[in-house]
Amino acid sequence: MSLVITSWFGKVSIEEYIKAGGYEAAKKALSMSPDEVIEEVKKSNLRGRGGAGFPTGLKWSFVPKETNKPKYLCVNADEGEPGTFKDRYIMEKAPHLLLEGVIIASWAVGINKAYIYIRGEYSKIALGLERAIEEAYSKGFLGKSIFGTNFDLDVYVHRGAGAYVCGEETALIESLEGKRGNPRIRPPFPATHGLYNCPTVVNNVETISSLPSIIRNGGEWFASLGTEKSGGTKLFAVSGHVKNPGVYELPLGTSLRELIYDYAGGIRGNRRLKAVIPGGSSSPILTAEEINISLDYESLMKAGSMLGSGAVIVMDETTCIAEVLKVITRFYAHESCGQCTPCRQGTPWMAKIAERIASGKGEKGDVDLLIDIANSIMGKTICPLGDAAAMPVLAICNKFRAELEEHIREKKCPIERE
Amino acid sequence: MKEIKNETMIKIDSIISRYPNKRSALLEILHILQTEWGYIDREGEETVASLLGIHPVDVHEVVTFYTMYARKPVGKYRILICRNLTCTLLGGETLINYLKKKLKIEEGETTSDGKFTLETVECLGACELAPVMQINGEFYGNLTPEKIDKILEDLK
Repeated sequence: MSLVITSWFGKVSIEEYIKAGGYEAAKKALSMSPDEVIEEVKKSNLRGRGGAGFPTGLKWSFVPKETNKPKYLCVNADEGEPGTFKDRYIMEKAPHLLLEGVIIASWAVGINKAYIYIRGEYSKIALGLERAIEEAYSKGFLGKSIFGTNFDLDVYVHRGAGAYVCGEETALIESLEGKRGNPRIRPPFPATHGLYNCPTVVNNVETISSLPSIIRNGGEWFASLGTEKSGGTKLFAVSGHVKNPGVYELPLGTSLRELIYDYAGGIRGNRRLKAVIPGGSSSPILTAEEINISLDYESLMKAGSMLGSGAVIVMDETTCIAEVLKVITRFYAHESCGQCTPCRQGTPWMAKIAERIASGKGEKGDVDLLIDIANSIMGKTICPLGDAAAMPVLAICNKFRAELEEHIREKKCPIERE
Repeated sequence: MKEIKNETMIKIDSIISRYPNKRSALLEILHILQTEWGYIDREGEETVASLLGIHPVDVHEVVTFYTMYARKPVGKYRILICRNLTCTLLGGETLINYLKKKLKIEEGETTSDGKFTLETVECLGACELAPVMQINGEFYGNLTPEKIDKILEDLK
């Protein structure tokens, strides 16, 4: 099977990376015109790997070509979606793959300054990235006249400081400007008004790291790896009650059952599967009956869920759904930036209700109340955090209503544990 | 105004030079000065504000927004233990209670010898190691009470 990203894992130093053919794609890109590079990425059907799944080539084409303002690239390495740890793997195990992608994206869009916004908790990984950047500068792959061309590119690491919302692209930009991570109203979009009000591309680490193989092997090759509308392979970060948690790179369109049972080794202790969160904690939960599903953007959307960041959280039969709801709602209440009333007020309210259900103090009508609050947040906030908080609540209340009602009725958890 | 060491000032200046706008350096400067001062109090906020030519409130709103900035003294070792989903599924809550009992402190508190501060945090991005905690930037995974005993014992 063709691997786009994980085949580079372990080539940490620039020497190892170059020996394996690294930076050849960046050189090739610089011998092409920027439009040719964008065309190749469009052909590849590469879609944003951070969660939203927006076509990357299209996103780039919104950036104005003729402008007297500087343009910026922000690599989104904030990786805060619960269950997600794939970008950490890339940055730890193949930092130059990311940097090579940064060169390709910057050349295509006409960017001379790129910032890698990495979550503050990844401070050790940030140091590794800075080492890799230094190596690239010393080889002439970054800085002035890179690869002997007249193209200049500076790359910097910018550390966050603990805020999930900064993974949202406009909050990330605010944070890069040295402010609270309060998302901005869109439009205008970052493509025209981003960092310092200048044209800005914000792309996820995995998205950027997919670019070298697209340039090396062609957009059509990449597209052929996935489904009709979702090109390439995807990193899936599997965690929870599986035998082998970890990162697996698979073509988009692989079934969720295959990922859990063939790649991640199945359920620990050979217990029965109860539920799966397929794309990070904001993606609506799937029941054990729903896992014969193709892992791609369209199929999961059709099933009422999301591919999201590809963070698969697996739960076996010993899992208490009220507990899951409690943890998820508490998280969004903690992370709401407070700008929009429905999210600021609604998320702690949902957390309070979920907490009382889980602790056996739930009241009759609580499930309907949760649904009502979630519906009052959904679609009514500046950024997608509101939807991210509402969607899992609606899915859990809908699919596991009986279990939640039983908690309320019996005033305790009905799940038997060893 | 709080004091800043000369070599730290050199570091800060190089951070500022990365951006077309000085204020962008704020988050990193706060990280650096937190390492030097231990925490960022009001006086620290004012010092940073004058360094960047911004209002103290611009610094205050950042210090209070992001969870990694400590506004009061913390222990030599800052234990961040995850309370999010994968860790909870694998027994994280039991371990949080174990740590509280072992250290005889509640969340957000520091042991009386000033060695450990205990904080619960949201997902640390290391779910394959769940249940997981981070101490001064280092990940410790697949935790059990016995493992926690050993890890804390090794921290001098």
